[in-house]
Amino acid sequence: MGTAVTTPTTPFAERVAPVAEATRKVAIICSKGTLDMAYPGLILANAARMSGMDVMLFFTFWGLDIVRKDRMDHLHVSTVGNPSMHMPTMVGGLPGMEALATSMMKKEMARLEIPTVSEMVQMLSDAGAHLYACGLAMDMFKLKQEDLAPQVEGVLSAMDFFDKSEGAQIIFV
Amino acid sequence: MLTHEYAGNQLQLTDEGFLVSAADWTPEVAQSLAAEAGIVLTPEHWTVITYCREDAARQSGQSPGLRRISQYSGVGMKDLYRLFPKGPGKLAARIAGLPKPKACL
Repeated sequence: MGTAVTTPTTPFAERVAPVAEATRKVAIICSKGTLDMAYPGLILANAARMSGMDVMLFFTFWGLDIVRKDRMDHLHVSTVGNPSMHMPTMVGGLPGMEALATSMMKKEMARLEIPTVSEMVQMLSDAGAHLYACGLAMDMFKLKQEDLAPQVEGVLSAMDFFDKSEGAQIIFV
Repeated sequence: MLTHEYAGNQLQLTDEGFLVSAADWTPEVAQSLAAEAGIVLTPEHWTVITYCREDAARQSGQSPGLRRISQYSGVGMKDLYRLFPKGPGKLAARIAGLPKPKACL
């Protein structure tokens, strides 16, 4: 073996089995409701839990669609104003284009066995992630907590968010 | 690369603490790896470990992702987090003597 072989004892054990007080914490803000903006937050949250981190998700503005019972499994890909689609904006705006792109992406995700949004939300809840909705955005969209998936633990103000996410790394999607 | 003693053997580990060779693994090594994470292995843990090793053997040595484990091992997601509270994604594979999982789910 060309690489140096070391025999540490404690540093190694600490790294692979971190002590309780060193638990990393992450807060993920989901502010967009398109399919391509929903998954990054959900998948990162899940990966963080799998790694043993404390995780909270905060759904605000269009991100509320990810946890709205009536919308969570009907999120769309945006074909207009999305340069990554490599399609002229006017073409993307033609009737049916968005539905087509959405169904193509959903098929590809099903092929890769990526769970649906509602399955992801259930998985996160089972994994012990904490899900919260933004109160102001709820008021704006005239939503009540019963309009949201039951896995959403509560409705928070922006200041509540900072209280709950103290010490966490914050990811904004 | 690191070496560390498990169950009386000096074993080679990756920098992230996974066994370099799955062939070094024995049930005693698993107990020793688990103890390091503060886990005493129960029959439920063994169900997960056995599934991971069998699945990896079918997948050219690759560790199953957590979702796959929850779907096919008979141990559900909530229970996986109860059994491996410090992060079942890595810990189940590590205790099973497998590489760090590549799956994101």
